[in-house]
Amino acid sequence: MPDFSTFRLILEGLLTGLSVTVIVALAALVIGLVLGFGLCLLREFTRIRTVHFTIDAYVELLRNIPALTHLFILYFGLASLGLRLSSITAAIVGLGLIGAAVTCDIFRAGFRSLPKGQIEAALAVGLRPGQTIVSILTPQAMRIALPGLSNYAVQLVKDTSVVSAIAAPEIMFFARSMVTSSFQTTLIYATAAGLYLLLSLPLMQGVRVLENHYGKLKA
Amino acid sequence: MDALLSVAGLRKSYGPVEVLKGIDFSVKAGEKIALIGPSGSGKSTCLRCMNFLETPTAGEIRLDGERIGMRDGRLMSDRQLAPQRAEMGMVFQLFNLWPHLSVAENVAIAVRKVRGLPAKEARDLALEMLAKVHMAHRANASPLELSGGQQQRVAIARALAQKPKLMLFDEPTSALDPELVREVLTVIEELADEGRTMLLVTHEIAFARDVADRVMFLDGGVIVEEGPASAVINTPREERTRSFLKQIRH
Repeated sequence: MPDFSTFRLILEGLLTGLSVTVIVALAALVIGLVLGFGLCLLREFTRIRTVHFTIDAYVELLRNIPALTHLFILYFGLASLGLRLSSITAAIVGLGLIGAAVTCDIFRAGFRSLPKGQIEAALAVGLRPGQTIVSILTPQAMRIALPGLSNYAVQLVKDTSVVSAIAAPEIMFFARSMVTSSFQTTLIYATAAGLYLLLSLPLMQGVRVLENHYGKLKA
Repeated sequence: MDALLSVAGLRKSYGPVEVLKGIDFSVKAGEKIALIGPSGSGKSTCLRCMNFLETPTAGEIRLDGERIGMRDGRLMSDRQLAPQRAEMGMVFQLFNLWPHLSVAENVAIAVRKVRGLPAKEARDLALEMLAKVHMAHRANASPLELSGGQQQRVAIARALAQKPKLMLFDEPTSALDPELVREVLTVIEELADEGRTMLLVTHEIAFARDVADRVMFLDGGVIVEEGPASAVINTPREERTRSFLKQIRH
């Protein structure tokens, strides 16, 4: 029966990983949202066929190959070509690029669900296309995209666990290394599970507040 | 007097289907023209060509002498078209208010962003326009809290705030419940009395007769008959006009 001091040691060990988990998740989220939104705008509001094709190919390639495969390519594959990324950098870049493919689709669905009349009314009053996108379409598309984006954010927090496979020192990395040295398997993994819950549940709750707020405006 | 709006040889095709087969007309400043005709006759398409929401396949549209939508023989982009579109206020069948903005902001946003007025003046102007359509008391409401008739009146205020040379109405009462039609028609009548120039697509024949100076009857993509409103509606010369009016009257 493990005593309390064992638990404290475990918790301290895992908390060292928590900051990396948070940093990787936040940085990947920012990359995923910004890049995904940019790709979505290019895909929806330009008429250049090669741009469309390139973005479609990007989205399919990143969404349909497991995250772990992408991470191995970034971390081990690039290293064998002479470009060494730190495990944390590789984790952030990898999850960020995959996230962009995911959010690009979510944003696009938001824009596509807007009735054509919304654009027409904006153009008819003399707004330029850029003003129409910024002031009329994006605020509405964001509201529709919000549930999808929040699912993605929670998924992302959980997905940071795969980056332990490239030795990024996050929660699961420390959990596994402690298990190999102490064999407190159940306690260590249960504590890790608790930490993930502590991250995800408030995130979910925050998103619900946002959704309620904007949901009211949408009627 | 010169025409404010002149349309010559206007054609529009969707693939192999020609919807407008050569439309010519002109509108003098202060004139109110009603476009009537069976559904599919091309009247909405014709109206939407005026501000290039539909790009004509051929023909020439001029507002105050300025060629709309074409510059140096090339089609203008949406960006280039923006100042020209701002000269025409458009009211849509489905209102198309922006649900994320308040009623006042729906009216004020273009005043700020297109005409460059400061926020305070834009809001004052918005309130003034809302008062014209008897909606000033709902300035801070969301469009989603309004009835269809109220939404359409706000949409009219939005178009008025552009200080347009020409008002375009695309079946403004077709999507309304019958009991809400009157309030919108009353507002349009009040604008007509102010001497505004209007081009109006409508199914409200009695309204067209009362408000419009001239009526154009479109069928099959051509103007079949046009003339003073009461003459076209009360004593149509063409058989197609007669049978359309007969169908619509009961």
